[in-house]
Amino acid sequence: MALLNELAKKKEGLVSGHRLCPGCTHSVIMRQVFAAADTDKYDIVIAAATGCFEVSTGLYPYTSWNVPWIHTAFENAASTIAGVETMYRVLKRKGKVKKDIRFIAIASDGGTYDIGLQALSGAIERGHQFLYICNDNNAYQNTGNQRSSATPFGGSTTTSPNGKVKFGKEQPRKDIMSIIEGHHLPYAAQASPSNWRDLMNKVKKALDVNGPTYINVIEPCTTGWGFPPEKAIEIAQLAVDTCVWPLYEVENGKIKINYKPQKKLPVVEYLKPQRRFAHLFKKGNEHVIEEFQRQVDEQWEWLLKREECGL
Amino acid sequence: MGKKVALTGNEAAAHAIRQIEPDVIAAFPITPSTPIPQAVAQFIADGEMDTELVTVESEHSAMSACIGAAAAGGRVMTATSANGYALMWEMLYIASGMRLPIVMAVVARALSAPLNIHGDHSDIMGGRDTGWIQIIAENSQEAYDGLIQAVKIAENKDVMTPALVAMDGFNISHAIEIWEMEDDKAVKDFIGEYKPLFPLLNTDDPVTHGAWAPPNWYFEHKMSQLKGLLAAKDVVAKVGKEFGEVFGREYGLYEAYKLDDAELVIVAAGSVCGTTKDVVDKLREEGQKVGLLKIRLFRPFPYKELADALQSAKAIAILDRVSPAGAQGGPLFNEIRSALYDTPTRAPIINYTYGLGGRDTQPIHINSVFDRLKKIVETGKIEKQFDCLNLRGEWR
Repeated sequence: MALLNELAKKKEGLVSGHRLCPGCTHSVIMRQVFAAADTDKYDIVIAAATGCFEVSTGLYPYTSWNVPWIHTAFENAASTIAGVETMYRVLKRKGKVKKDIRFIAIASDGGTYDIGLQALSGAIERGHQFLYICNDNNAYQNTGNQRSSATPFGGSTTTSPNGKVKFGKEQPRKDIMSIIEGHHLPYAAQASPSNWRDLMNKVKKALDVNGPTYINVIEPCTTGWGFPPEKAIEIAQLAVDTCVWPLYEVENGKIKINYKPQKKLPVVEYLKPQRRFAHLFKKGNEHVIEEFQRQVDEQWEWLLKREECGL
Repeated sequence: MGKKVALTGNEAAAHAIRQIEPDVIAAFPITPSTPIPQAVAQFIADGEMDTELVTVESEHSAMSACIGAAAAGGRVMTATSANGYALMWEMLYIASGMRLPIVMAVVARALSAPLNIHGDHSDIMGGRDTGWIQIIAENSQEAYDGLIQAVKIAENKDVMTPALVAMDGFNISHAIEIWEMEDDKAVKDFIGEYKPLFPLLNTDDPVTHGAWAPPNWYFEHKMSQLKGLLAAKDVVAKVGKEFGEVFGREYGLYEAYKLDDAELVIVAAGSVCGTTKDVVDKLREEGQKVGLLKIRLFRPFPYKELADALQSAKAIAILDRVSPAGAQGGPLFNEIRSALYDTPTRAPIINYTYGLGGRDTQPIHINSVFDRLKKIVETGKIEKQFDCLNLRGEWR
């Protein structure tokens, strides 16, 4: 991979002027994606689901996109890009489009784990060639931090609030990666903008695969999670180092863990700097942190075992 | 030269689609429109058309994929019915709001509950305000001819609005009729080549499709979109005339059947018009001044033309194949009555709901409507403004 100062010279697909919150990592992730893409070889077309990223970059009469971009609704980035990609194949065959184009759908966890799951499943099953990137900010942040099925166990949101008798979300996160893997697609991975080189490698790989690919990216949200804007990448790194967000990829059914922390940090290190978990540190909620740690450990051990067994 | 064929309405739609040969079709099977994507899949499998069929996992995704494909820059079609159409509802607004000339065959069917797979207009009337051009066919021929014309109407640069052609579920979709199928080449020549305005796939000139517009822009967008929809009225007339010149079957915004001097008039849309025409013929033989105003273009609603066509009427009955759902009469009744408000002649007007969930409507029922109109003219009294045709027992 090229050096950072060379990557910095590459043409950007997402340019300045967008209205994302200070410290939001949506744009950081997308810039890493464009830096990874081999845009000398192919052009990129983007489909976005309704969400923070969409409303902040595509506000009429402005746009922050330097590449063709389409948004239609919340739950259908996958089926929208499937239509675009199908038309591309037809027009290419008919000689009406000459260029090589790769397709990327971007959605957050609401448009992926929840309302968009069906469209995503259908598009992957049909084998459209596109990369689906889920910027997972753990809740419906565009509408003001409501619970999603990606919200972590114990996390407080406006619809899973911490209260006198409740401690936040009572269920663990949905294991979207396993659901995606169940489609036996050629490539799926989990990445973090804190480990940019790893993320870029994954994007590059995914864009070169013939068929649908999926990358789940942690997207720390300053407003929803409650941390100072300058801490976003640090929080992402803590998620990785505590194994709350393991970095791994599944290529043709085989798992590879891309990062094993030399010292796996306890989850409290990740939970502490975030307002959404503040209530867990109050007396009486110790069992929630213990359970959180147990769930993280169990998932991590399972991934290690899979890798060891070559599955 | 065209040829006479004996095929179902669904086959008529499928052959129109084969001859139009759109670049992409995205469809999810739903009764009674299922035979359309099935036939298309077979045409493609047999190499009879060069189209990519996206076998999506739902109608919501069908319309989403159609939107993506149309924005990408090619010709796009689909077909659906009933709950499938309802599942598309959100995306129907998005297709029209993004000004994408998608063409859809709707095999009109009842909406659940109770579950019912048979014909009525609940689906198309439910989506009448989604900004789509809506053409309603009386029979297979009109469904076939309508789909071909719809491509040209939707893609007109002043229109750039999606269009649907509806035919009644089972009454038309599954009934075998004799109709004229034109030559493949003649159809292709008629619709011409599609040249997209702002294709997403033109990466040299990147465009943003589907931006979000806050209060300082949304209103302007919707009103500008409305101009496109309203422009479709003249284009429907123009394309209907051109179609007549090329294929010998001319179409207007509506059909006036023995309406010139008609005093007792039925207004209806869809397959019931065939039955009504038979009844009109019989009553005319008896010397009664009866007629039918058949709705063809329902959206945009050509209210002036339709009101003008009703000026000779002394009593009017509007047949709605949908429940009024708490409104003052069915949708067609509302439209027609509103259209007549500004005209010199405001004949007494009554409304019937008929044929819900595939309930049969026979000449005897149409006769009863004309009888009622006759009585209204004789007595000058409307005893019952809203009624049902062929409903078990009295309604209210």
